[in-house]
Amino acid sequence: MYSVRLWSVRHARGLNRFYNAFERALLGLAPLFRAIGYQRLERPVAALERGVKGLLFDCKMCGQCVLSSTGMSCPMNCPKNIRNGPCGGVRANGHCEVKPEMRCVWVQAFAGAERMPSGLDRIRVVQAPVDRRLEGRSSWLKVVRDKTDSPKPETKK
Amino acid sequence: MIFEDEPVPGYPLPILPGHVSPGRLERVLRAGAFAVTTELAPPDSANPEDVFVRARVFDGYVDAINATDGSGANCHMSSVAVCALLTRVGYAPVMQISCRDKNRIAIQGDILGGAAMGVCNMLCLSGDGVQAGDHPQAKPVFDLDSLSLLEIGCTLRDQHRFQSGRKISYSPRVFFGAAENPCGPPVEHRALRLAKKIAAGAQFIQTQYVYDLDRLRQFLRAVEDLGLLDKVFLLIGVGPFKTAKGAEFMRNNVPGLHIPDAIVKRLAGAQDQAREGRNICIELIQEIRTIKGVHGVHVMAYRQEESVAEIIRDSGVLQGRVPWYPGRDQNPADRKAS
Repeated sequence: MYSVRLWSVRHARGLNRFYNAFERALLGLAPLFRAIGYQRLERPVAALERGVKGLLFDCKMCGQCVLSSTGMSCPMNCPKNIRNGPCGGVRANGHCEVKPEMRCVWVQAFAGAERMPSGLDRIRVVQAPVDRRLEGRSSWLKVVRDKTDSPKPETKK
Repeated sequence: MIFEDEPVPGYPLPILPGHVSPGRLERVLRAGAFAVTTELAPPDSANPEDVFVRARVFDGYVDAINATDGSGANCHMSSVAVCALLTRVGYAPVMQISCRDKNRIAIQGDILGGAAMGVCNMLCLSGDGVQAGDHPQAKPVFDLDSLSLLEIGCTLRDQHRFQSGRKISYSPRVFFGAAENPCGPPVEHRALRLAKKIAAGAQFIQTQYVYDLDRLRQFLRAVEDLGLLDKVFLLIGVGPFKTAKGAEFMRNNVPGLHIPDAIVKRLAGAQDQAREGRNICIELIQEIRTIKGVHGVHVMAYRQEESVAEIIRDSGVLQGRVPWYPGRDQNPADRKAS
């Protein structure tokens, strides 16, 4: 929801702190996830992730979340899907050139990044193009697998 | 400027140490000259002569010609084709690549194809949204953005491989550029975005129109604070207005464009508005020329391309230099001057 999305950016600092704790917890659960099997977990976890992040960020389930690097403003809401914004067409009032009623996702991203510790350092990192094969899949499980499993060829960029 | 190692004037130059392309634009910039580039609006036609006619009006005044890639999301002859035609007769085109219409498979193919046709400069853009153009019903692609496009281009050139990792046998020798809008919001973070573009591989930047030099200076101070002044060749976008009404229209309808009131007022108060528009442009160029960290201007004069030559001549920024054009060296006057 648009208004919740704006709220999330205003509370980027707290959400970032929450996510860091959440990620640690997820990583702690990695052995359990492995025991159950990631394949079996994929659908329910993805559904949960879609619900939570859909509400908070208008998440589009790209499957490779970069919210921590984009001030808690989801770049997939940019009509041009720009992962390294903003483009040159931002209106004088900070709104989108394609959707004039919407605030530019990247103006928001910088506002959120300013609130997060080292947010401006993280937003400086050039994001790789989206791997479209991951669309609809859980980003949380991907993070756990990437950080705990030995590198799998499937998720290499 | 005549490069004595030109095999046939206008054709690919030997690549000097520290250079990446056999092109003239990179030579001119690295030699420290104040470069002038311009924009050619590709025709709505399949006739090559329409391209040559449009290029000829710039003869002797520009170092490179940008071929736009469906600018404003309007359908025209493709930038690859315009560039291929221009290189046939020796012009130095800048091939614009927009992410709006093609995915990474098509774009990487175009980079190889363009380079094979002799294109030495490519400008990586995200592109306008389809809603702005004549086919709003089209599917916007945006598989990449301008930065990932830059990275992919540099991977092709420097690591000799596609994004997939598959090797290529001969890499595209291309001078890669990007765009930036020093006056667009969030103004305070635009320098950071420039830093990202440089990190992604941008070697030259052509900016959106700049009419507010205070904002430009502010942007350059931020760039300097990041330690990036002169780390990239910066060509500032300028252009003449024909009428005060036109300026007002652009200000209201071209997102990201910042035109100060003073300019609109000055135009509105002039007897000959077109003349005044050109004068404003000339004064901007002359002032931009003196700003530290600027390496040239990019003159965009949509539907008044014939005014570019006059503007550049009257601004005096070429300081007697005559950029190459087909037939320059047969022209006794220009031969001496160059």
